Amino acid sequence: MGMRLIARFTARCGRLLLVLAAVAVAAFSLIQASPIDPVDAYLGPQVAQVSPEQRTLIAERWGFDDPAAVQFVKWARNLANGELGWSHVYNAPVSDIIASRFRASLSLLAIAWLGSTLLGFALGVIAGSHEGSLADRLIRLYSYTLASTPIFWLAIAVLLLFSVGLGWTPVCCASPPGMLRADVDWLTRLHHLLLPALTLSLLGVAQIALHTRARMLELMRSDIALYALAQGATRRDIAWRHGARHACLPALTLALASLGELFGGSILVEQVFAYPGLGQATVEAGLRSDIPLLLAIALFTTLFVSLGNAFADLLYRWVDPRLREEVRP
Amino acid sequence: MKALLAVDALSLSFQRYSGWFRRHAVPCLNDVSLTVVPGEVHAVVGASGAGKSLMAWAVMGLLPANAHLSGTLNFDGLPLDAERLAALRGKCLALIPQSIAALDPLVRSGRQVRWSARRAGIAAHRTPHIARQTLSRYGLATDVEQAYPHTLSGGMARRVLLAMATAGDADLLIADEPTTGLDPCNRQRVLDYLRELADAGKGILLITHDLQHALTVANRVTVFHAGTTLETAPSDAFDGQGERLTMPYTRALWQALPSNGFQAPARERTHEEVLSLA
Repeated sequence: MGMRLIARFTARCGRLLLVLAAVAVAAFSLIQASPIDPVDAYLGPQVAQVSPEQRTLIAERWGFDDPAAVQFVKWARNLANGELGWSHVYNAPVSDIIASRFRASLSLLAIAWLGSTLLGFALGVIAGSHEGSLADRLIRLYSYTLASTPIFWLAIAVLLLFSVGLGWTPVCCASPPGMLRADVDWLTRLHHLLLPALTLSLLGVAQIALHTRARMLELMRSDIALYALAQGATRRDIAWRHGARHACLPALTLALASLGELFGGSILVEQVFAYPGLGQATVEAGLRSDIPLLLAIALFTTLFVSLGNAFADLLYRWVDPRLREEVRP
Repeated sequence: MKALLAVDALSLSFQRYSGWFRRHAVPCLNDVSLTVVPGEVHAVVGASGAGKSLMAWAVMGLLPANAHLSGTLNFDGLPLDAERLAALRGKCLALIPQSIAALDPLVRSGRQVRWSARRAGIAAHRTPHIARQTLSRYGLATDVEQAYPHTLSGGMARRVLLAMATAGDADLLIADEPTTGLDPCNRQRVLDYLRELADAGKGILLITHDLQHALTVANRVTVFHAGTTLETAPSDAFDGQGERLTMPYTRALWQALPSNGFQAPARERTHEEVLSLA
């Protein structure tokens, strides 16, 4: 048992490393193929004051004359040593930026993820157990509408309504302007977090609700439900005792597999709400050609999404006993 | 003796749409009549597709919304309408389903028996005791309680279903093909359990296509053909060449059994012919 667990864990880590390596190669190649010039990006507006000779000197010193493969190996070796590079946009080590930005994004992502999963699941179970009812039709209408709404548009709409129009929530940022983050109490932080988190959580609701509903419909038409009905169970009893158990498999998979989408959504939402998270840093790094930061974020999100998928696999085994390996003495 | 269940002139059809607006009825059961008295095993025998299971679902009120029923269903002398059915299901009327797919694969067997007892109106604190007692009555040890359905053999799963159906101590038990797919030993075991329940005063409606083995436990046999009941005969009428059976179809069915001459009917009769022979 112990040996098998270790073997499975090692295999999983090996696969994760392979994925990371593949993403590293792909991201590096894309940057190489892009028109970004690292020296120009580093110099910024000062580029006009630098002579061509000096530019060549910088490029030579930083090894930009070397073939791409050599550059990649150098970067990968630094990466393996935990050296992610220096971000010229924030003028700080990339690892520090990612750590602090991710900490800010984490609460946003966590609230949005939990909110969308729980709300989507509950709506799906309710809709699926009362097929054709008013509640079902409303939930379906809501899901289809939501699924076809662009997230940035939704973010702007709620910002206009709640922050500008009604004034219930702050217009921007993670803390009031001019205050140090350390001086802000958690209630104020939550107040700033509320609207972006709500908007982001709406992103995943529709998908999870519709998939949960589909699985519920299947179950409510199965022998299991028919037999439970014969035992005198009510529809609600069947929906929550049997239905929720069966429907949580697709819901979990979807919730954990859509971490990538969630992160993508957070880029847009953080931009609209000017929330200083990892998503906003991604946009900054992209617009201002901060290559080390951009590459590190690509690798970090890969890690984030892969861990989510691994976690889904683990939970699957826990929910469905048929997926557990039989260990017979 | 007063009948526990009385089905009289029951007909069933399903409403279906052909094209966009034209609705027509698909008849499934026609003039089905039978009674079950306490203490008897009443076997319902017929070919697959004869409508035996549909009758069971009609009695339990499990038909889909497009079903149209006519005729009377009485339980304990009172009409069995939707409202009364909802109150009695699980408590007074119980079903042993045809397929072991009715067990939830994600829930431990013991817990499913407890749920079943709870649904039959047993107080929550008593259900663990009742579940253990019922499972052990059918020779299932405590480790079965912890087992998930996919780890059980077909015979054990069938006995778990039996435990679920009897945990609520219902007066009428409808067993829908409870022996399908079981080896001879397990088959006889299940049939004997049903006999025991009948001897304890329950009414058992045993739906099967296996006349030979049904006769080992049944008091009366009703023969089903193409959606209607042809005749009800005491099980000792199935004897010799079947001289005491009134319907030619029943006699032909009896004579076709391997132990009774293995005679095939001259040719397949149509439903109308079967009825006109009466």
